[in-house]
Amino acid sequence: MAEFEPKIVAFVCNWCTYAGADLTGTSRIKYAPNVRMIRLPCTGRIDFMLLLQAFGKGADGVIVSGCHPGDCHYTAGNFHARRRWTLFRRLLDFVGVDLRRVHFAWVSAAEGAKWAELVNDVKAKIQALGPYDAFPKRLDGRPLPAEVA
Amino acid sequence: MEALRNRVRELLAAGTVQAVLGYAAGSEPNRTRPCFVRTPAEADALIWNEYCRQNLATYLQKPEVRALGKLALVARRSTLRALLQLAAESQLEDGRVVALFIADDGAVTELPTLAAIEELVAQVPRGLSDADRQELERIAALPLDERQAFWAGEFARCIKCYACRAACPLCYCARCITEANQPQWIPVSSDPLGNLEWNVVRAMHLAGRCVDCGSCSDACPEGIRLDLLNHVLAEEARTQFGAEPGYSVRKDYALASFKPDDKQEYIR
Repeated sequence: MAEFEPKIVAFVCNWCTYAGADLTGTSRIKYAPNVRMIRLPCTGRIDFMLLLQAFGKGADGVIVSGCHPGDCHYTAGNFHARRRWTLFRRLLDFVGVDLRRVHFAWVSAAEGAKWAELVNDVKAKIQALGPYDAFPKRLDGRPLPAEVA
Repeated sequence: MEALRNRVRELLAAGTVQAVLGYAAGSEPNRTRPCFVRTPAEADALIWNEYCRQNLATYLQKPEVRALGKLALVARRSTLRALLQLAAESQLEDGRVVALFIADDGAVTELPTLAAIEELVAQVPRGLSDADRQELERIAALPLDERQAFWAGEFARCIKCYACRAACPLCYCARCITEANQPQWIPVSSDPLGNLEWNVVRAMHLAGRCVDCGSCSDACPEGIRLDLLNHVLAEEARTQFGAEPGYSVRKDYALASFKPDDKQEYIR
């Protein structure tokens, strides 16, 4: 049987992590292709609902990444995001969502190698956990969009 | 109870307020309903007992209630905290409401300004009640799969009536995320994922703002302990960021402020 290939959705900010992942590519660093990146203006823009929607659409793991504290393009977006994540993680854990599948990181535009390392590490961890079938599903059984399925 | 009615009659007769919002008898002895009193004669309808639990501050944002003019409000402790939190969020002007606080012994205290409310609320004990804390700890201590099964069972009963939203004094957005349908964030029908999303989003939008009045779970026709979700976030916001909503009109909202050295040991 083929090894389980997890679907990982990464919500990243435009200014640091997306550019960092770009550097991973231009530096010819090879990393796990399991990640689907979604570029947003800033980590401050990453609504916690997006994470639930990703799991709801069949993601096995989620990465959220942006600029290091102090480096935000909009000065303070990541500071605000960090507070929200702290509370959101506590609530997720309380309602029984598996926090081992939700990963937060700071990856700057110069850290192409760190991005590759992060994705590989998350992939290995999710692979060990297996598919996230326990997450609640939609009742209507709506088919997954082609790009995710 | 008579002290309350007398005070209401005086306030209305003197023209200090145009209306009084209090509690009247409901359809059964253990039910009460909100009651708007506009003339001294109507004050006889007001009652006060242990079932007067609904947070009446919820009505203040409604246009038809605003149109009544200056209001007196029969208040529990958590009603007072809701008033301060509304003021902190620029939703309540000082002097628009006279709070009629009823203490445990039935004594009526008139609080005409936000400063007076702040002074009284400062004596209210902070933090969770012992019963709530034990319930939180019990659930948090369950293994992950049991915790998920517990909440899946609770949320499965949710019928999306949004009574929790309607009962909350701090859920005052004119257009809620549940009404946004392009995209449809939260499905209209009741389904496992949508019910989780709704209850998570409701709790998150109250994180660091909730004043622990318990009106959401009182209003829930299915008896879901929604307030536990609020408590867990309130506790985290209090320990992490020092958030104490509803004690002062000047306090910053925990999620709209930050410190450069906020905790981040979970971020790589």
